[in-house]
Amino acid sequence: MSEIGERVKKIVVEHLGVEPEKVVDAASFIDDLGADSLDTVELVMAFEEEFGCEIPDDAAETILTVGDATKFLEKNAKS
Amino acid sequence: MRRVVVTGLGMVSPLGCGVEPTWKRILNGESGAKRIDTFDVSDLTSQIACVIPRGDGTGGTFNPDQWMEPKDQRKVDDFIIYAMCAAKQALDDANWHPDNEDDRCATGVMIGSGIGGLSGIADTALLLKERGPRKVSPFFIPGRLINLASGYVSIEHGLKGPNHSVVTACSTGAHAIGDAGRLIALGDADVMVAGGTESPISRLAMAGFAAARALSTNFNEAPEKASRPYDRDRDGFVMGEGAGVVVLEEYEHAKARGARIYAEIIGYGMSGDAYHITSPTPDGDGAFRSMNAAMKRAGIAAADIDYINAHGTSTPLGDEIELGAVQRLLGNAASKVSMSSTKSSIGHLLGAAGAVEAIFCVLAIRDNIAPPTINLDNPSVETAIDLVALTPRKREINIALSNSFGFGGTNASVILQRVAG
Repeated sequence: MSEIGERVKKIVVEHLGVEPEKVVDAASFIDDLGADSLDTVELVMAFEEEFGCEIPDDAAETILTVGDATKFLEKNAKS
Repeated sequence: MRRVVVTGLGMVSPLGCGVEPTWKRILNGESGAKRIDTFDVSDLTSQIACVIPRGDGTGGTFNPDQWMEPKDQRKVDDFIIYAMCAAKQALDDANWHPDNEDDRCATGVMIGSGIGGLSGIADTALLLKERGPRKVSPFFIPGRLINLASGYVSIEHGLKGPNHSVVTACSTGAHAIGDAGRLIALGDADVMVAGGTESPISRLAMAGFAAARALSTNFNEAPEKASRPYDRDRDGFVMGEGAGVVVLEEYEHAKARGARIYAEIIGYGMSGDAYHITSPTPDGDGAFRSMNAAMKRAGIAAADIDYINAHGTSTPLGDEIELGAVQRLLGNAASKVSMSSTKSSIGHLLGAAGAVEAIFCVLAIRDNIAPPTINLDNPSVETAIDLVALTPRKREINIALSNSFGFGGTNASVILQRVAG
């Protein structure tokens, strides 16, 4: 996993209270990791905070899995 | 109307996590007051509070992880975690864990709070100012709303009956128990999880109550001496935090399942002062009418009351006004009753006060003992009423009354009675 991937994973584990082993690229926040719609909003905010970038709402809507998040942040992360 | 009994008790208080640890320390005459060390108090006039002892959960300490998952704790203010803690204890104590649809729909929740998530509101307001609206959490609103204590408890335990919440300042806990009892009496529910919760120990709340001149300021160097109801040196209340929750149940429902019945709620009275936003009427008429209404509902005479858990916050004005109202209510029976303020030990839990104090009334009946008013070294007035100064009083207690009075001039009184058999 990339360095960004590891940081994404850490945030997901912390916010959703899930086992680290479950946080794989294909895992869907809602279907596999037990997040609700509010959790996903908060996750996106946590990514923005950690990576110093802004994630617009239309982009946030496409981030459904751990892999989606990593891929987006590998392109857009500023820190 | 149907009869309503108490079958479960739960509590987290400045004297510990759990009903029995708290009660033991109350009877020992201990105080939960200390200097506040979780935020800067150097510029506050009142620098003390009765604080829940946190720890790993052993020895009566409160470990939030035992009551709510850490990932959920982040989303809410402490008053919701305290409610989860007290509600779980109460349901376990009542051995009531409804697992079918009918039982779930017959079980409701009514847990209130005086001011709810004030510290979360303060923190988020600063965040909004400093970093803008995009930084406000989606959990900000649902983690601060007062009725979310009832909401979280219902979700955790699958309770699908009436889901309600009370907000009447320092009368909240008493109103919640009284109103929940009414719902059972009228048949809207068979079981109610009812009480109050509060987490007000924050700079904003301390500043606000201090500005209203409600807090003790003379005992910052001797916190355990600060809450001293009826004593001539009292100078305001000591902020407290915690939650009290009871399981209320329709009498036949409780009997049919062989539940332990602690006591019956036989009376509930309410009144409004229609006088001032923070001061009680000087003649104590609101308090008197509240107690009198509860007594009428119970169908008892003043002479039948054995113990009164006073509102008794340790403010210069309020204590004597309440005492006057009780004397008026009792008349010649004044010398027979014991009345104490457990706020001397645990401080003022605001919206949770009426609930934990109703639980102390239940325990006073169970154990035939009146808890003490600690720090009552020199009563400021003479009275025929036994104020249970300094040490508990072993005596027969079959009927107990709990008083709660709140800002806005809102008064509530609950009367509990031992159930024979």
